[in-house]
Amino acid sequence: MKRSDDLVIARDRVIGKTRVFFRTLRAALLEIFDESAYTRFLERTSAERTRQSYLDFRREYESSAARRPRCC
Amino acid sequence: MRIGRILAWLAVGVVGAFALATIAFRRHEAISAMWLVTAAICSYALGYRFYSKFIAAKVLALDAMRATPAERLENGRDFIRTNKWVVFGHHFAAIAGPGPLVGPVLAAQFGYLPGTLWILVGAVFAGCVQDFVILLFSVRRDGKSLGQMAREEIGKTAGTVAFISVISILIILLAVVALIIVNALKDSPWGAFTIGATIPIALLMGLYLRYLRPGRVLEASVLGFLLVVTAIFGGQWISQSTHAGAFTLAGTTLAILIIVYGFAASALPMWLLLAPRDYLSTFVKLGTIAILALGILLVRPTLQMPALTRFIDGSGPVFAGNLFPFAFITIACGAISGFHSLISSGTTPKMIAREPQTRMVGYGAMMAESFVGIMAIIAACTLQPGTYLAVNSGAGMVGGNPAAAVATISNWGFPITADQMAMMAHNVGEKTLFFRTGGAPAFALGMAKIFSDSLGGTAVMAIWYHFAIMFEALFILTVLDAGTRVGRFMLQDALGHIWKPLGRTSWYPSILVTSALMVGAWGYFLWQGIRDPLGGINSLWPLFGICNQLLAAVALCVATTIIVKMGRARYIWVTLGPLCWLVAITFSASWHKVFDPNPLIGLLAHARQLAAGPAVAGIQRRIFNDQLDAAVCALLVVLVSVIVIESAMQWISVVSGRKQPSTQEAPFVTTQYAQETM
Repeated sequence: MKRSDDLVIARDRVIGKTRVFFRTLRAALLEIFDESAYTRFLERTSAERTRQSYLDFRREYESSAARRPRCC
Repeated sequence: MRIGRILAWLAVGVVGAFALATIAFRRHEAISAMWLVTAAICSYALGYRFYSKFIAAKVLALDAMRATPAERLENGRDFIRTNKWVVFGHHFAAIAGPGPLVGPVLAAQFGYLPGTLWILVGAVFAGCVQDFVILLFSVRRDGKSLGQMAREEIGKTAGTVAFISVISILIILLAVVALIIVNALKDSPWGAFTIGATIPIALLMGLYLRYLRPGRVLEASVLGFLLVVTAIFGGQWISQSTHAGAFTLAGTTLAILIIVYGFAASALPMWLLLAPRDYLSTFVKLGTIAILALGILLVRPTLQMPALTRFIDGSGPVFAGNLFPFAFITIACGAISGFHSLISSGTTPKMIAREPQTRMVGYGAMMAESFVGIMAIIAACTLQPGTYLAVNSGAGMVGGNPAAAVATISNWGFPITADQMAMMAHNVGEKTLFFRTGGAPAFALGMAKIFSDSLGGTAVMAIWYHFAIMFEALFILTVLDAGTRVGRFMLQDALGHIWKPLGRTSWYPSILVTSALMVGAWGYFLWQGIRDPLGGINSLWPLFGICNQLLAAVALCVATTIIVKMGRARYIWVTLGPLCWLVAITFSASWHKVFDPNPLIGLLAHARQLAAGPAVAGIQRRIFNDQLDAAVCALLVVLVSVIVIESAMQWISVVSGRKQPSTQEAPFVTTQYAQETM
């Protein structure tokens, strides 16, 4: 009985860690691909996800992003 | 528990030492690439656990209680507290470029040993340290840039020199990466079609993001990736069809197309071309690096290249120059890259949530970049040395035609036949693989070999080869368009001091003028590389390596000055050691490039040789080009000498007590997230 409980706990731990891993990976990808920056922009300006708001976001964002070098 | 840990780290040390000893001392028999992987992983583990921890605790005294600018200045735009793994991924995506892929491939002409050792030692003791300390110092100065820190901590001259160094390295970098692309795509209808197709694909992505699904970048990148893969198959069809002639382009034609592209990318709205291409490139880059690592682990290839080759004496056909200092200059980014200091003092410091995380992000991300360099060495060294040399040598270095090249290379003790080269070219869907200098085709060949060994065999080698070429070209074109735009902004900032309207970044005449100036500058060096009978890489890549390492020297001067001003002069060796090494290799390499009497190495000797030879058309221009390259090299050395001397004067006056140490750190504020687990 105790052994099967241990197995369940171990399995849950693995599932939990896997979930955290994929959540972090997704968050990293969203940050790298500027989706998080757009979400923050929508929150900050209380705007909806529309063509116009994306255009506004790009305008604001590109003033700093365009100066970012890409490494060699 | 404690004893268990000690034993575990001892085991890591023993395994790492054994792997390094195997790499260094086993000669006359091929070794498995897994020895390089093992040595690398153990070196990084030990470096991170012990050396970076020592620097964090003793030298920098990282303080978990100190609020970072991301906390104090949080604005939801630039300053954002971000999960450390997310910042790590973001930082790695920004620092990973074509440099660690190309440099180690070129340096493989010395054998796998020198490159591997320098990538590991250089990364652990220099490159990772530079990225880490610059990131931390920028965090403590509200995310200031390297130039601003140089101006405030060393002096005004240092700030100006840093600016000139950055713009020079940008110009040389853009020329050399453009040359790599041209050499990879010339006379290759398959490659030219695939890379050409990425431009309309990026435009489509831009329109998709703007009009169809605003802001869904990952979705658009996946779609873009699928289209690019389709374009690879389309390229195969084109290369076998009657349209092949339209895409079989000479080097000069490709150079003109790339120059026009660079100008358009700099002047067009960013959302339309540059941003979607950047997303697509990042998507492919991260995916390909991951599958390359997986491929190496699955295939565990054997290295065909010897540990050391005869070319350590400086007679190499890929680039001329002795092991010291040219191996170090050539590898550049895989071990230490000055360019990283711009990223470490750019976006990343504004995202760090807690000070101790700078260790993982700064030191850790550079370790990952260094591992990319190790993978590049493995890819190059899995090729037969004869094949590697036939692909990477300029026509002027090995006899001028394939038959002479085969004879020359075989006489060096690296047997290769024209039939083998023809078969290899046929397998990857190319007409010829001779004289494809620049490193990219050799890397693509090695990568295709590893991939096809793990999936699909020889039948799909051509697809893998062109996938690798597409990956590198996409990578490089992103560096090219982003670099041109950054250079344009820098020029606008500088010219704005002369005439104000030129400084207005949205004023179209200013955009056109500065874009043309920037493209004209790197385009000029690209053109001279294309017309160079020795392949161009022979003179331009060392120049790029020198620029890059000189920028790293500037960053280390800033770091050393701050360490001294923090009252921690007893730990000055942490940054002063790598600085002295960089000064030694860059200054001696520069001396060789300018004054060496061997015309294959020394630019002035080469100019004299041309002047003494027959007066053929274009000779005056080639002489001028050599003199110009020599002047650029000498100018950079003089400028960096000024920074080194100015910094040393600061150190001496602080250490001798003549000057009170004071840094420009932002005032200490206690974090509100002290209870938060990091």
